[in-house]
Amino acid sequence: MGIVSRGFQGRPRRADDRLPPGQYLTEDFPVLSAGPTPRVPADSWELTVATEAGVRHSWSWSQLLGLPAEEPTVDLHCVTKWSKLDTSWRGVSLDVLLEDVETAADFAMVHSYGGYTTNLPLEDLLDGQAWLVHTYEGEDLPAEHGGPVRLLVPHLYLWKSAKWVRGIELLPADEPGFWESVGYHDYGDPWREQRYQGD
Amino acid sequence: MATLQERRAESPSAVTLVLDVPGWPGHLPGQHVDVRLTAEDGYRAQRSYSIASAPAGERVELTVQRVADGEVSPYLVDVLEAGDQVELRGPVGGWFVWRPQDTEPVLLVAGGSGLVPLMAMIRTRRAEHAATPFRLRYSVRTSADRLYADELEPAPGLEITHLYTRVAPPGEPRPPGRLTRADLAGVPPSDCFVCGPTGFVEAAADLLVDLGHDPARIRTERFGPTGG
Repeated sequence: MGIVSRGFQGRPRRADDRLPPGQYLTEDFPVLSAGPTPRVPADSWELTVATEAGVRHSWSWSQLLGLPAEEPTVDLHCVTKWSKLDTSWRGVSLDVLLEDVETAADFAMVHSYGGYTTNLPLEDLLDGQAWLVHTYEGEDLPAEHGGPVRLLVPHLYLWKSAKWVRGIELLPADEPGFWESVGYHDYGDPWREQRYQGD
Repeated sequence: MATLQERRAESPSAVTLVLDVPGWPGHLPGQHVDVRLTAEDGYRAQRSYSIASAPAGERVELTVQRVADGEVSPYLVDVLEAGDQVELRGPVGGWFVWRPQDTEPVLLVAGGSGLVPLMAMIRTRRAEHAATPFRLRYSVRTSADRLYADELEPAPGLEITHLYTRVAPPGEPRPPGRLTRADLAGVPPSDCFVCGPTGFVEAAADLLVDLGHDPARIRTERFGPTGG
């Protein structure tokens, strides 16, 4: 515990075991991006998974919609300290997408339209932990929140849930993505408060 | 740990906190810090604030805008006194930064208190005697809401344009209103830094792309509507 800030009360305490350390609750859905919002029409959207052996698997928008869908309801935790509970999404589990992809890779680099990247261990994309989502609260995912399709990996800080996703590169070794190369944590577990390098 | 040396009112709702931070490693203009407060029962709250000052030893200045229903900013703006200590972590962020060795023209687009990290860039440019052309487009509600009003004067290579959204001062030819395409037109290819509330940044970044600026050279920093 740090020094007491004289006269600081803070908001009423809530016994909420769903709020990671250092986070506060918000009801709205803030937008955070490093640059302009890419405008990607759904009918030209495409996702490519490239393995470490150079094999490429691609899905168009209509192919994505043809895959079995799930409707996860999850809590979001942004490294800028807000958390939002019980958000509902519709999309395709990465378990389904990667089912027929042959790989021995341990890591993934996610690529977005606009040039954004983020790195994760491949195991964090599997076993019901990650989705490609296209619908938020029953509506088409707005562009500023990553539409037409974003990654959703809610057990990590939200910068790992890349917006405007267009590719997943499977890699034998970990490499830093966009924020990870400018001081943010490589893994980003909100429950261990892994915000910055060294946490 | 940082100690408040001095506070300066910047507008009716914003104050600059001049902090002494022993061991401060220096920063790049555009970076921010995390400020953490601790209540007597151990409860903690932390928020991010942009650094307003150019690098200057162990002195760090933050300009904080009071958020009406905020948890941390009202304390920093209204309660914190000289001699008080706060926990501070940083500098944070290596993307929304300007480096004095960059010589490409710079376009700064500020919405309200989004001026703060851009001011750090302007101050660093001045401190380093950089000749890099800077253009600032500053969208602000009224003349009274301007931050750093006495300091923000045009200088050689520094063009400053105020874009009033609610009330324009006498003699201002531009009618008050939101940012338009014309407000951002006529700027050569530049490194663009856009900071402000989400809606403002979305609109400004879209206009810059529409005007032909390279999206890869547009860097944005957005304040969510919640803030604190």
